[in-house]
Amino acid sequence: MQTPEQIKDRILAAFPGAHLEVIPNGSPANQPSLLLDHAQAREIATFLRDDPELRFDYASNVTGVDWPEKIVKEKVKVRKIIDGVEQEAAELVERKIPGFLEAVYHLYSMALGRGPLIIRLRTGNRTDSVALPSLTPVWRSCEFQEREVFDLFGITFNGHPDLRRILMWDNFADHPMRKDYVPAEEPKP
Amino acid sequence: MIAPPPELQTPGAGDFAGHDLLEIAMGPHHPSTHGVFRMNVLLDGETVVKLTPVFGYLHRNHEKIAEKNSYLASIPYTDRLDYICSMTNNWAYVLSVEKLAGLAVPERAEYLRVIVGELTRLQNHACLAGFLLQDMGALGTPLMYAFREREKILDLFESLSGSRMMCNYMRFGGCRCDLPAGWLEQAVKVVAEFDSFLDHFEALLNENEILRARSQGVGVLPPGLAVNAGVTGPGLRASGVNYDIRKVDQYGIYNRFKFRVPLGQHGDVFDRYMMRILEMRESIGILGQALRDIPPGPILDPKFKLRNLRPKPGEAYGRIESPKGELGFYLISDGGPAPYRYRVRPPSLINLTVLEDMCLGHTIADVVIILGSIDIVLGEVDR
Repeated sequence: MQTPEQIKDRILAAFPGAHLEVIPNGSPANQPSLLLDHAQAREIATFLRDDPELRFDYASNVTGVDWPEKIVKEKVKVRKIIDGVEQEAAELVERKIPGFLEAVYHLYSMALGRGPLIIRLRTGNRTDSVALPSLTPVWRSCEFQEREVFDLFGITFNGHPDLRRILMWDNFADHPMRKDYVPAEEPKP
Repeated sequence: MIAPPPELQTPGAGDFAGHDLLEIAMGPHHPSTHGVFRMNVLLDGETVVKLTPVFGYLHRNHEKIAEKNSYLASIPYTDRLDYICSMTNNWAYVLSVEKLAGLAVPERAEYLRVIVGELTRLQNHACLAGFLLQDMGALGTPLMYAFREREKILDLFESLSGSRMMCNYMRFGGCRCDLPAGWLEQAVKVVAEFDSFLDHFEALLNENEILRARSQGVGVLPPGLAVNAGVTGPGLRASGVNYDIRKVDQYGIYNRFKFRVPLGQHGDVFDRYMMRILEMRESIGILGQALRDIPPGPILDPKFKLRNLRPKPGEAYGRIESPKGELGFYLISDGGPAPYRYRVRPPSLINLTVLEDMCLGHTIADVVIILGSIDIVLGEVDR
């Protein structure tokens, strides 16, 4: 079983200059994931599927995650002059982490009995830059699941052959799985 | 828009100039859809030239509900996903939470899980075989015999968990309650009777001319497409792909049991039917070993607090071989009392990806049995 770091090196050997990042996972499950860049995502996915050493021929699970903008308070050590003497003091600094949407793919290799390799794709923000490349042309199993992510999270998948709402009705406007979703008032009987 | 590669494109969407095409909405209340599922079928005469599945009639956003509830409160909700197999739904969910929180399971509880999980497989596959034959026109008789055996298993579940179908039986790090007196003996008896039921069922049906004529060569699923489209469970193995998560992941204690993975050759409806029959035989073998070897001991760490579980921030994906395929749960914890993200990987929905490919070129009567051979439950498809 290769670690995500080894797989990252293998991808970099085939795609020099690709932006890849290993996202650590704090849980005891120890399933770190690999963050891909949009630009070459489909080429890298095809490589993951077809490379004889990797052969991730089976995309099991596709899902979205909503990460709204959040403000993190951190203590930062700063040197400042207190009573005429320069001292080290802790200062509370607020840092804003911009929000984004994420698509997560769990890949397995049926041929080699390995997995999971978790790959992630991130959108630019949560409002106007929500497009990601579709991986349905690589793994057909993504077809309904990407439609579901489009429906419930509002991620647009470029290159999906049939991107329509799947669970909610067609003229429904919102994306219910987003964290800031507020359901419309039920009409009173 | 980028067109999918040729091997993934839907064949059959050819030129139908001069043909009178008829579009039929099959469902959502058609009895053969096993729930509220709709297929918009385009027909040339009786032959299917296009099929579009329509989902969502049973959608209640199970995932959103679970993200508002505590980890423990979601266990009874998982019963309602695939309401035929509540025990395996529980199992997949608690397995994922155990991965997320790093919990160990006592040995007796592992045996109990295998026993109830394989009993669930028996009753699911018996139901499927009965319903499939009902769809082919064998009205009543096979389904009646299948349900007679299923009742005995549901009786076992009732005396164990208090409920026949919504069992709510498993807990993080074990099971909710131990076996009542005399349960094991009764289970041994039920399993032995199930074996002889299978003998009768096979003798009655396997060589049946109508069954073979209706199902052989119908709805063929090539192995390459099956893998690429994420088909799992008996439908995948009927196409000859050897992939059983009990063997691959060896979750729980499945490495201790001797069993074989049956494989089909043609990937047609008949192979998918036979796969269920053969898997039931293997399940009976596993049950025989588990019921013989189950040790005494605790079923749940008494000091472990189930309520207010707060796993460390992180994520986990756990999966099991449920009777319908790979059932997985993907959980992200932010350290709070409720999961930040809770996702069900529904085998029924993903196995439907290739429904159109299997149906094209066959008659509308075959659509019914092709859908029946996939084995879907709408509680899980729509969530």
